[in-house]
Amino acid sequence: MIPLSHYLILGAILFALSMVGIFLNRKNVVILLMAIELLLLAVNMNFVAFSHYLQDLSGQVFVFFILTVAAAESAIGLAIIIVLFRSRRSINVEDLDSLKG
Amino acid sequence: MIRNMQLVYLAIPLVCLAASLVAGLFGPRIGRAGAHSVTILGVALAFVLSVVVFLDVHAGNRFNGSIYTWALSGGVPFEIGFLIDELSALMMVVVTFVSLMVHIYTIGYMHDDPGYQRFFSYISLFTFSMLMLVMSNNFLQLFFGWEAVGLVSYLLIGFWFKKESAIAANLKAFVVNRVGDFGFLLGIAAVLYVFGTLDYAAVFASAPDAVALQFRFLGGDMTWMTAICLLLFVGAMGKSAQVPLHVWLPDSMEGPTPISALIHAATMVTAGIFMVARMSPLFELSETALTVVMTIGAITAFFMALIGMVQNDIKRVVAYSTLSQLGYMTVALGASAYAAGIFHLGTHAFFKALLFLAAGSVIIALHHQQDMRKMGGLGRVMPITFLTAWIGTIALIGLPPFSGFFSKDAIIEAVHASTLPSAGLAWLALTAGTFVTSFYSFRLLFMTFHGKPRMDKETLRHAKESPWVVTVPLVLLAIPSMIAGALYVEPALFGDLFGDSLFVLPEHDTLARIGAAYEGKHGIELVLSMILHGALQPPVILTLLGAVTAWFLYIKRPDLPDTLVRRFSAIHGMLMRKYGFDEFYERVFAGGARRIGHAFWQTGDARLIDGLMVNGTARSVGWISGIVRHIQSGYVYTYAFAMILGLVVLLTWMLWS
Amino acid sequence: MSFTQLTFYFFAAVLVFAATMVVTIRNPVKAALFLVLAFFSAACVWMTLEAEFLAIVLVLVYVGAVMVLFLFVVMMLDINLARMQEGFTRYLPVGALVAALLVVELVLVLGGSFGSEQLPRPAAQGADYSNTRELGGVLYTTYVYPFEIAAVILLVAIIAAIVLTLRKRPDTKYQDPAKQISVRKEDRVRLVKMPAERRRQGD
Repeated sequence: MIPLSHYLILGAILFALSMVGIFLNRKNVVILLMAIELLLLAVNMNFVAFSHYLQDLSGQVFVFFILTVAAAESAIGLAIIIVLFRSRRSINVEDLDSLKG
Repeated sequence: MIRNMQLVYLAIPLVCLAASLVAGLFGPRIGRAGAHSVTILGVALAFVLSVVVFLDVHAGNRFNGSIYTWALSGGVPFEIGFLIDELSALMMVVVTFVSLMVHIYTIGYMHDDPGYQRFFSYISLFTFSMLMLVMSNNFLQLFFGWEAVGLVSYLLIGFWFKKESAIAANLKAFVVNRVGDFGFLLGIAAVLYVFGTLDYAAVFASAPDAVALQFRFLGGDMTWMTAICLLLFVGAMGKSAQVPLHVWLPDSMEGPTPISALIHAATMVTAGIFMVARMSPLFELSETALTVVMTIGAITAFFMALIGMVQNDIKRVVAYSTLSQLGYMTVALGASAYAAGIFHLGTHAFFKALLFLAAGSVIIALHHQQDMRKMGGLGRVMPITFLTAWIGTIALIGLPPFSGFFSKDAIIEAVHASTLPSAGLAWLALTAGTFVTSFYSFRLLFMTFHGKPRMDKETLRHAKESPWVVTVPLVLLAIPSMIAGALYVEPALFGDLFGDSLFVLPEHDTLARIGAAYEGKHGIELVLSMILHGALQPPVILTLLGAVTAWFLYIKRPDLPDTLVRRFSAIHGMLMRKYGFDEFYERVFAGGARRIGHAFWQTGDARLIDGLMVNGTARSVGWISGIVRHIQSGYVYTYAFAMILGLVVLLTWMLWS
Repeated sequence: MSFTQLTFYFFAAVLVFAATMVVTIRNPVKAALFLVLAFFSAACVWMTLEAEFLAIVLVLVYVGAVMVLFLFVVMMLDINLARMQEGFTRYLPVGALVAALLVVELVLVLGGSFGSEQLPRPAAQGADYSNTRELGGVLYTTYVYPFEIAAVILLVAIIAAIVLTLRKRPDTKYQDPAKQISVRKEDRVRLVKMPAERRRQGD
């Protein structure tokens, strides 16, 4: 029997990894987007696990919506990256500091 | 009747204030004639009403009451009120009369001055302040009037504010008076502390019970009464220019001559004398204070007169004469002869104002030349000025039967009768002072009006008698200078001119001791016997001696003074330097204050406030924001890191709790 | 150890490994491929949770569509790989430390509260149980309006992505047949009348 906590810990590890990924990645916006996908995956993992252990389908419905929004988000994110690359010839995170205080 | 009289009391100062405001605020609109007519009208009305009040008081209608409660603090009411008795009524008459004369005289003296309206506004304001001072029935209003006359004095000394020396003089007057006022304020505070009220009547009523109250001071015991009296007298020393706070008065001659007459001879400087007389129920209870008062007065009377002997500026001679005469009045207060002091104050107001205005008349005639070495022989050119100046001089030196004789002789006699420790020394100083007074007065007279003219021909040819606005006040002041003494000596010294307003303990009553010698004599008989008695006393003899000496040195042998100056150059130099008071104050107090100020400026202001607090705040804000702005890097990963950190902190908190 | 457990731990390990590779690897193409692996593993883990529909959707939508999109973009962009990982090692110790701290704390928080004692695993569903049907039942009844909104969001995303990347190229020339056929004679030809000029000598 796998306890719920193992699923949750798996989600936590995934979450921490992708978070540190965002922090460590200073050059490539695409990798940033991938890390965000991983973050969402970690959250989804928790939803699905709770849904199963609580015998409540609402969790899975939420995962469904999160997947939808995540797909939309990555589509727009990639579009922005393309536009960005066109105008700057770079997707280096360190170059994207026009809003720097 | 009572209600009507209250209105009159209120009207007397307010009419002057109103006139002052009109002349000051609407000066340009109402013009020169408008300014002087409105102020003269106001002061004349005040004078007439004062006379009415004076007569009313002597008909038995005294008044003591509050008109308006100004503030209530800690259960102590601060009120505006009037105490109208013989003393204040007399002061009101003197103040308004001299003020009226000066108003009229000013029309001629300030004829060409651009600040004409401003001047009239000031002197009316002064009259108002002085009236508030003398009419007050409590210490706070007294202090208000006290400070107000100080302010107007400051404004008027610096009236010609483009003149460097006038600015220095008015600053000096203000600062020196501040020293005295500080003592005065402490005295008032002590009164409030001891008696719990500022009302004259209440304080005087409970004063005998407070005699024994003591406090520790510098390791010894001191009675509160002595402390209060000494502190109040410090204020009087500042205002009435007693040594060592006298230094401002000679310099105040930088102001226009009417001011020297009005403020710095006749009225304001006598505020201190008036105040001590008013406080007689307190001073009587402290022999220490009386001794100090007498000593200070004697020193002032003699040593300031000595300086007057060597001055060459005509106004300064009169100024030092004023100092000396104020010393006489102070001695009278010390000898508990308050009536004599106030009597001398009154007569002095007339003849000193007269002398100042006469000096001013000479100055106008010579186109603002004040150096006596460049005068001489003016007697033929300006007969009225000449004559009135002679009258003023004789009144001043105290030859019978002119007014100065009676008041000054009474003071000297009172000191002689006094039993205070310093009485003997004071008598010596005053008696010797009469010789000096006589000498410098005749020196002035001879150098100005007699002998050969020493000015250039052009000036002499233009010199002529002053217009009527100048000479009429001279004549009007000359009359009381002659007769006021003989007329009022009996009621003032032995009669009821002052009623119960002055309080003298029986063991201090020196005037009663003098009066005993004239037992049973009244009216002309008394005056004649006083003259006969006085004529054989040292003061009159010394006065005549002084006059003869002056005549010998400045008419008979005009070459001799220079020889004497050379022979006694050390003494002459000391007198010319006025005993070095100015240098001492300049070096120790002013210099010290400047050094302290500089130190505070450098360390306190420049370094601490500007450097550390103002610029330091700005710099630290800049420094902190310089550090903090790195947080807003604009990089995504920084924000991500902040998120992680936040999460870690949150989790740590959850784990611990 | 049952088969389910074995499956879970195996795919969990693969998932963690793949995720680690995604954030650490230098080449973005490889990173995208590792992400695909991570999604596959996650789908398998979800299988053990009886969420079959979502597992399939994850594979179909994410691996099939989103990841392909990622790969397209990565390959389209001309990225200098040499500069890609600069500063990575410099911040690695800090990142690793923080990540370890985070994981340890999360384990401490979660491990104790959600064990088998507190929340036992429900019994497995029978063979006739259809996760898809159940989910559909909920989705089209209770959550029908959010479902519609999700559809709109997707539409908006499509339009937004197209609008963002669409660009006018004024330098390329193209024909407009509609304009070509609606041309009239007056637009193109102008008849000018002018006097004849004499021919000058020497011209």
